[in-house]
Amino acid sequence: MSIENKSFRPKIVAFCCNWCSYAGADLAGSSRLSYPADVKIIRVPCSCRVNPMFILRAFEKGADGVIMCGCHPGDCHYSTGNYYARRRMTLLFSMLDYIGVENGRTRVEWVSAAEGVKFSDTMNSFVEKIHSLGENVRLGDLRCRN
Amino acid sequence: MQRIGVFVCHCGSNIAATVDVSKVAEMALMEPGVVHAEDYQYMCSEAGQAKIQDAIHEKKLSGIVVCSCSPRMHEATFRKAAERAGLNPYMVEIANIREHCSWIHKDMEEATKKAVILMRAAVAKVNLNTPLKPGESRVTKRALIIGGGIAGIQTALDIADAGYEVDIVEKTPSIGGRMSQLDKTFPTLDCSACILTPKMVEASAHEKIKIYTYSEVEKVSGFVGDFTVDIRKKARSVDMDKCTGCGVCQEKCPSKKAPSEFNRGLNNRSAIYTPFAQAIPNVPVIDREACIKFKTGKCGICSKVCQAGAIDYEQKDEIITEKYGAIVVATGFDTINLDKYDEYAYSQSKDVITSLELERVMNAAGPTHGHLERLSDGKAPKEMVFIQCVGSRCSDDRGKPYCSKICCMYTAKHAMLIRDKYPDVNVTVFYIDVRTPGKNFDEFYRRAVEQYGVNYIKGQVGKVIPQPDGKLLVQGSDLLDNKQILKEADMVVLATAIEPNPDVRKIATMLTASIDTNNFLTEAHAKLRPVESPTAGIFLSGVCQGPKDIPETVAQAGAAAVKAIGLLAKDKLLTNPCTAHSDELLCNGCSTCENVCPYGAITYEDKEVNDHGIREVRRLAVVNSALCQGCGACTVACPSGAMDLQGFSNRQIIAEVDAICR
Repeated sequence: MSIENKSFRPKIVAFCCNWCSYAGADLAGSSRLSYPADVKIIRVPCSCRVNPMFILRAFEKGADGVIMCGCHPGDCHYSTGNYYARRRMTLLFSMLDYIGVENGRTRVEWVSAAEGVKFSDTMNSFVEKIHSLGENVRLGDLRCRN
Repeated sequence: MQRIGVFVCHCGSNIAATVDVSKVAEMALMEPGVVHAEDYQYMCSEAGQAKIQDAIHEKKLSGIVVCSCSPRMHEATFRKAAERAGLNPYMVEIANIREHCSWIHKDMEEATKKAVILMRAAVAKVNLNTPLKPGESRVTKRALIIGGGIAGIQTALDIADAGYEVDIVEKTPSIGGRMSQLDKTFPTLDCSACILTPKMVEASAHEKIKIYTYSEVEKVSGFVGDFTVDIRKKARSVDMDKCTGCGVCQEKCPSKKAPSEFNRGLNNRSAIYTPFAQAIPNVPVIDREACIKFKTGKCGICSKVCQAGAIDYEQKDEIITEKYGAIVVATGFDTINLDKYDEYAYSQSKDVITSLELERVMNAAGPTHGHLERLSDGKAPKEMVFIQCVGSRCSDDRGKPYCSKICCMYTAKHAMLIRDKYPDVNVTVFYIDVRTPGKNFDEFYRRAVEQYGVNYIKGQVGKVIPQPDGKLLVQGSDLLDNKQILKEADMVVLATAIEPNPDVRKIATMLTASIDTNNFLTEAHAKLRPVESPTAGIFLSGVCQGPKDIPETVAQAGAAAVKAIGLLAKDKLLTNPCTAHSDELLCNGCSTCENVCPYGAITYEDKEVNDHGIREVRRLAVVNSALCQGCGACTVACPSGAMDLQGFSNRQIIAEVDAICR
């Protein structure tokens, strides 16, 4: 059964840096490499622009998974941005795990502008993972829902 | 409150076939701030842009959302259109409903839902957009070319002829590159040196061109229009001003056992050497690893025989720092290492050679003085076998997945030249496909088959086995006759795949230019901007961008030159206004932002602030917007939340997150 037919439709936010991953997503698009429509991409200039606050906000607002993509280590358009991003996310994800958002719901992946296939594969596997985890109910209280 | 117009593009059927565009427009009207929404077949066309401009006037729009292709494609187009209608261009946002939606989803309902959400996110962002004004930066009117092969030389000549200063940095002791190693060139069979050396001379004599040979780019900083580059001029051990190029030192040098790079290691050179006779500059270098004087301290013969007193054993590497407005990468290629292709016996037999080695063998200045002979015993071959696609079009990880593009043609050339000069030599070519697209290319290949009687066999070679008598047994298959072939050959020539120069990775990292999985540099757009890197001010020339033959390389070199000239011709560049700014009331002067800024754009000033009636002098972060490139590292590092990025502000991104998770 393909993911598209399942009833649970996760909300997934993907932060993509303008120079590599967003372009990789564009290449996935122009190469018609499909991945589930649950993934919505937000363009940021660099992965280092992704404030942990944005990820917390996404989970607070009901996201089931958040993925951050940037240039490969060493290939950052701004030289060092993705190194900062990598450290920040490592710290954030361990704390998210602590407060109840499982590690599988967050991911960091390096996708270059030439890696359309990798982008689509990454998104497919991430959505698959979120499906296996199910809805992100553990922050339900934070969202003040019934 | 903004007055936002939403424009949904059909992109012919590219979007409209999978996204219900009128539904997206209809839903847009329900979003806060949206006062106008429409869909149109081609938003980027003149008529589409006119629709946007009309709506700006009629509905007094303050913000625009275009739901269309990637912003990397047409953001600039729509921004310019809005600007012409009197709107600040930074009040335009793009919802990418083509590459990120219609092209990857098949179900219309799904895709439409997603397109609506992407539209909402863009509307939410525009609601928080503010008009931005680009700054200005100056342009250093000098170009740097990395690589002195035919690509680099041609680009340099074209830029210099337009009146701009050009510096060429070449790693080896001479310019000329791969082309200088070739004997003849297809499809005209004119001599490579005869067409290249005049260009080399022209470049070296050009008053606007400065050539740094035996030099490497060590460090690059800055940005488009204003790069600062450190060039390491390696110690030549010869004074370039004194040397007359007489060549006596090379003759007398007692250390003659270093493999000649120029002749692909087929023969040896002296420790003090110029790579080839027509080298430019005609000044030798001392290979310090091969030189007896450097190894043992004794010798010094070259210094004794040098009439000009040019030998300088004390010479040290020199770092030259220079400013450039544009950088052109022309680092070229090498052939792949054949270690993983043991079946062709390349490492076992001297008579199995690569095509580039055959070029040297055929060349009058080569190791055999142009005589076709076996490198093992010097005998003239009677049977020659050429194997195509060695490492090219390879599906496993031994080779390269791409076609090296030049091999079919140079093999036809080699076959033809051999049959022409030595009619008694039989030439057999094993091929997968013969690919000869290009002006006069297929005619050339057919001449090899029809006029010169070259035997082409469609099929691959499984193994080359060196025989005790020195012959080579070639086991191959003939796919058309469906049979196995066993052939005794005297020489086997491998059409070895080409790959980008191994140094290109390091250079790409220095330039923050994108590179693909095969180490070719990525273009800003594969079709529309093929000679520009996505990094502004970096241009691509020659094989560093993808496999090419000489005419294509020269054409691309000219194109790269034109793009660089277009940049150098400007006096001022508009800078990206999406830069960081610090909120004076929140900043506590802690220096965290300064530490993460890769551009040194943040400094601190003591400034008087008025914090809710309290006037005091505080240490505050100040961003130099001319240096800031807008990465946003500081915005996240700032512990007090004072730093924010214009155009990608915290509130804007959170609004997008909210819209997506709504």
